[in-house]
Amino acid sequence: MTNLAIAANGLRKSYGDKVVLDGIDLAVPEGTIFALLGPNGAGKTTTVQILSTLIPADGGSVRVAGHDLTGNPDDVRGAIGVTGQYSAVDKLLTGEENLLLMADLKHLSRADGKRRAAELLERFDLVEAARKPASTYSGGMQRRLDLAMTLVGDPRLIFLDEPTTGLDPRSRREMWRIVRELVAGGVTIFLTTQYLEEADQLADRIVLLDHGRLIAEGTAEELKRRIPGGHIELTFTDPHLLDAARGLLPAGVADPEALTLQVPSDGGVRSIRELLARLDQNDIDIDAMSVHTPDLDDVFLTLTGQQKEKEATR
Amino acid sequence: MTTLAFATRDSSTMVRRQLKRLIRYPAMTVQLIITPVIILLLFVFVLGGALGAGIGGGRAGYVNYIVPGILLMTAATAATGTAVMVATDMTEGIIARFRTMRISRASVLTGHVAGSVIQQLLSMTALILIALAIGFRPNANPLEWLATIGLLTLFALAISWLSVALGLKSPTPEAAGNAPMPLLLLPFLGSGFVPTDSMPTVLRWFAEYQPFTPIMETVRGLLLGTPIGHNGIIAIAWCAGIAAVSYLWAKSIFNKA
Ligand SMILES: Nc1ncnc2c1ncn2[C@@H]1O[C@H](COP(=O)(O)OP(=O)(O)OP(=O)(O)O)[C@@H](O)[C@H]1O
Ligand SMILES: [Mg+2]
Repeated sequence: MTNLAIAANGLRKSYGDKVVLDGIDLAVPEGTIFALLGPNGAGKTTTVQILSTLIPADGGSVRVAGHDLTGNPDDVRGAIGVTGQYSAVDKLLTGEENLLLMADLKHLSRADGKRRAAELLERFDLVEAARKPASTYSGGMQRRLDLAMTLVGDPRLIFLDEPTTGLDPRSRREMWRIVRELVAGGVTIFLTTQYLEEADQLADRIVLLDHGRLIAEGTAEELKRRIPGGHIELTFTDPHLLDAARGLLPAGVADPEALTLQVPSDGGVRSIRELLARLDQNDIDIDAMSVHTPDLDDVFLTLTGQQKEKEATR
Repeated sequence: MTTLAFATRDSSTMVRRQLKRLIRYPAMTVQLIITPVIILLLFVFVLGGALGAGIGGGRAGYVNYIVPGILLMTAATAATGTAVMVATDMTEGIIARFRTMRISRASVLTGHVAGSVIQQLLSMTALILIALAIGFRPNANPLEWLATIGLLTLFALAISWLSVALGLKSPTPEAAGNAPMPLLLLPFLGSGFVPTDSMPTVLRWFAEYQPFTPIMETVRGLLLGTPIGHNGIIAIAWCAGIAAVSYLWAKSIFNKA
């Protein structure tokens, strides 16, 4: 069995009457990327804050990096690195000074600290800006500096709270590359995001958090399979052909205005070939065809929607 | 290394952080001296003739009389800056980052306190130089100067911890800027600008027992040779007490948040 970097059971947190986390279980194996996906206000940041010892939970038991969160917070702190949702750099200091500050606080020797800072400036493309105050950095640069600061002490477990929110597509891809590199080096990543694509791209395992509850869990593929919604859309040139096709494929949903028929399908090559063969045999010509496989957006919207309905009926 | 050694190292790291910030942005320190200097000039040149006549000694005597009070006011103004700086710092993500690191918790506060003490001492030095330029004539010997510096440093330490606590307690940097305001009034409501025996009873009672009065009387005694009496001991006790209580208070707010 692989070791768990994070093992949480029944994690709870409320602010006054507002229940923010309503009994959450998490199991994050070492050396993997774990994505906590959820809309605004779902409780992602709260989860990260609890797991990273910033705020206490109201209930539940948690082990992080093998240490009990409430019993040994300092040992947990020694093992983790955190890049929060909001910039955590000292804006009055330069990029280099920020990194050296981290090196000092990680109790590296002066020489080691200098070497590590130089290395990270290079790796995060901040060499030119190294001597400028962080307040003059662009959003992307601050984000990179932020992550570089987190890496100074070579933590084995890294929390990234919405690491690419507000970044342009290029910077986002850059960030993804860095995250993959880290995991290749054996680091465990706990990531929160609102972007399904990001979870899809990076995560070994995804949990969906909504209103403080986990509403789904699995790999991206598993989650996509959980919802129907995959279909093939056929477009016809005249209504007779559409009618004929509808007779042949009773499961399809027709749109007479657009002359289209949506046929449920898993989107696999075999089923497409069979479908086309049947149409062919019946001399039904199609004008166009498109395959729609469900993406995480569908999963997300479907599942968070279901959750809302459930809550409404309760 | 032992825990204590780590704590010391973290504190000195945080002190360096704060000093770098102060050196990089000297305007933050310079602007703190402006108000006390204006008050000094205002009181000496506009009101000094009349007030000086009241206490005997005229304008020249009045410069000597108000320097101790203005010195404390200078320190308190600098402390306002500290409270704002601390409150601002707390809104920044960097503090959250520190909290997730295995470092001595109080070190963040120690950094601010050290920075604040240095700021206050610099401001007070500048004020003394300006006062000397407009006629301040202390008659202290080197030992008395040393004692003055010692007491003012202790006072600065107490005010620093107090303003750090106020900064932590304030919901916003704006609120933090107002929190230490009463400190700026204490020299007026004590023996800073006029002797307390010229005041109505209630005010006089307050003026004589509030912490700034014995400190001002001691500084006045050390620099100008007026009688000190028990004020020295009381001043030290006040400073030590305020420092200790504020330290505990600041630490508990910081650990709770
Ligand atoms: N200190 C607090 N006091 C009161 N309520 C809070 C506090 N912190 C968070 N909340 C509430 O808890 C809920 C979850 O917040 P959280 O920041 O964890 O969400 P999130 O998933 O990170 O959202 P986002 O995507 O916007 O960052 C929100 O409704 C928020 O209003
Ligand atoms: Mg958040």
